[in-house]
Amino acid sequence: MSEHHHGPAKGLMRWVLTTNHKDIGSLYLWFSFAMFLLGGAMAMVIRAELFQPGLQIVQPEFFNQMTTMHGLIMVFGAVMPAFVGLANWMIPMMIGAPDMALPRMNNWSFWILPFAFALLVSTLFMEGGGPNFGWTFYAPLSTDYGPPSTTFFIFAVHMMGISSIMGAINVIATILNLRAPGMTLMKMPLFVWTWLVTAYLLIAVMPVLAGAVTMMLMDIHFGTSFFNAGGGGDPVLFQHVFWFFGHPEVYIMILPAFGIVSAIIPAFARKPLFGYTSMVYAVASIAFLSFIVWAHHMFTVGIPLVGEVFFMYATMLIAVPTGVKVFNWVATMFKGSLTFETPMLFAVAFVVLFTIGGFSGLMLSIAPADFQYHDTYFVVAHFHYVLVPGAIFAIFAGVYYWLPKWTGHMYDTALSKVHFWMSFIGMNLTFFPMHFVGLAGMPRRIPDYNMQFADFNMISSVGGFMFGVTQLLFLFIVIKCVRTGDKAEAKPWEGAHGLEWMVPSPAPYHTFSTPPEVK
Amino acid sequence: MKLNPAQKTIVKAAITAVAMFAFVFWVMVPLYNVLCKVTGLNGKTDPEPYTSVPAAVDESRLITVQFLATNNKGMNWDFKPSVHQVKIHPGEIGSLSFYVRNPSDKDMVGQAIPSVSPFEATDFLHKTECFCFTSQPLEARGEKTMPLKIIVDQDLPKHIKKLTLSYTLFDITALDKRNGNKKRTAGL
Repeated sequence: MSEHHHGPAKGLMRWVLTTNHKDIGSLYLWFSFAMFLLGGAMAMVIRAELFQPGLQIVQPEFFNQMTTMHGLIMVFGAVMPAFVGLANWMIPMMIGAPDMALPRMNNWSFWILPFAFALLVSTLFMEGGGPNFGWTFYAPLSTDYGPPSTTFFIFAVHMMGISSIMGAINVIATILNLRAPGMTLMKMPLFVWTWLVTAYLLIAVMPVLAGAVTMMLMDIHFGTSFFNAGGGGDPVLFQHVFWFFGHPEVYIMILPAFGIVSAIIPAFARKPLFGYTSMVYAVASIAFLSFIVWAHHMFTVGIPLVGEVFFMYATMLIAVPTGVKVFNWVATMFKGSLTFETPMLFAVAFVVLFTIGGFSGLMLSIAPADFQYHDTYFVVAHFHYVLVPGAIFAIFAGVYYWLPKWTGHMYDTALSKVHFWMSFIGMNLTFFPMHFVGLAGMPRRIPDYNMQFADFNMISSVGGFMFGVTQLLFLFIVIKCVRTGDKAEAKPWEGAHGLEWMVPSPAPYHTFSTPPEVK
Repeated sequence: MKLNPAQKTIVKAAITAVAMFAFVFWVMVPLYNVLCKVTGLNGKTDPEPYTSVPAAVDESRLITVQFLATNNKGMNWDFKPSVHQVKIHPGEIGSLSFYVRNPSDKDMVGQAIPSVSPFEATDFLHKTECFCFTSQPLEARGEKTMPLKIIVDQDLPKHIKKLTLSYTLFDITALDKRNGNKKRTAGL
């Protein structure tokens, strides 16, 4: 048994060879933060160019590469790995398991990622530039008219897909097989539940994405015509395949966020989560519905009226389980003894702002109105409202909630509140005016715009720079917390519940080698 | 070999992932093509010649059929219909032709892809003869007239009075070389 109690290996090779879920969780989180800064830097280029009408800083070709790479890096490099990192750290500790079910594969699924993104980013320096067709890489833009580097983009997506699928299999195997005795499925924390559902979504749709890029590869190099009308194919098929992946993908990026918020709100409201069972069923319903709404991204390509109507109502139906969740969070806070520590600030902001994003989503789901909104900044405003104060605020909330557990130190609470308020204000300044310019008809993915949009774009850019710079403060807060800080107790939040708070802070290298008893 | 419960979970999950990859190629693509064929989605017409069935010409109404010729990006042939529209009774054969000229000094192969609008009329516009059924080779500086014969079905919904048949001409010289002049119906 002694081998179960040794500490981490020394030196850099610890990180290369590690199979420890906490080490791998940290690697994922640091990697995703690096990608967050890189994708953010690209967003800064976009906002700098859009600060004024006309072309100032970059050429349209490079602007297109920036919008494409910003989207790809934020989706696949920042948000998804951050959730996998949190899953690695927290799922074993939340269910009383000693580690993930497949520790070696865990190491592999992480270490594929730096290579995938090195390959993806290297395309920017290739002849013809990097991907410039938007993160949705519609054919034939990405097949017939894509730059020569598209092949490298395809392989990078393959590698990300393999990494995600392996990570998802690991999560499923861990949750289904390594729970402590007495931890029934309906006693699992919601973060574990949401990740279980997310993992199923991942193994269902990442292969579909792999299939889509494989068809592109074959069309480009092997003379097939999946998406080429000249050879009997159909470019619209690409959109169907892509969005069959793409819509579940957006829930992959939000369901774990629901789980985090469902852990934090009860802790700081000092009340148990309202409607646990309905939360579980809501997550499962959202996951199911995500497979039958994909064509709402394609209302304008020409689908039959029955199709438009079906996808419109199916999409609106998602508001029901989502509304249940928002209701439950509000009901949990209702008459609670609320305190507003940093994780709670981010969680409350999540509930309010994610709901705004949900409402603009409902507006977009109305098929006849979508013909006006399609491909405008209104869409950009919508998905940034669900991703930035949705996914990313939830990740911040989770980090601030569990950081004392990871590092054994309490972070600088004053600075963390500055981080929250700057992010909150910056984010709203950036994305709220986009609703207005979008409704007035400003198209997305264009480096120049009409004079009438100038003021709102300048406000967006100022907000964007503010949000961007603030994230360096987050880096500082985390580094400071890792190095120094007041000693954190095993349970630093008095209202918190769960097995993760039963182990000391910082969490020992090996936890729950003997499973705890769950009553 | 006896698998423990964790291994069973892993095998099931891995099989699901592989099955979903196969699903894209062997279910989604054929299903999409079948759906397009059944519903006439995207105005995709039948890639085979239509054998006309004897039926009375419906002289009670006159349908306008318009013709469009478009070049796909990178295609440099001159491409135009002999007439821009015909007025025919359902069941009656409309004949016309499309003219193409290859102004370049290299031999090329073109493929015209038809599309019907509105797409609910797709299944009611038949072609008994069309240059779009096969690829069209054309030598350098060559030109030709390609015949087209159409019939509007007698069952065309009453509210449709005007149809548009548009052709997009693709340069498939490179594709054609690589595939050894095989008939190009992949995916149709």
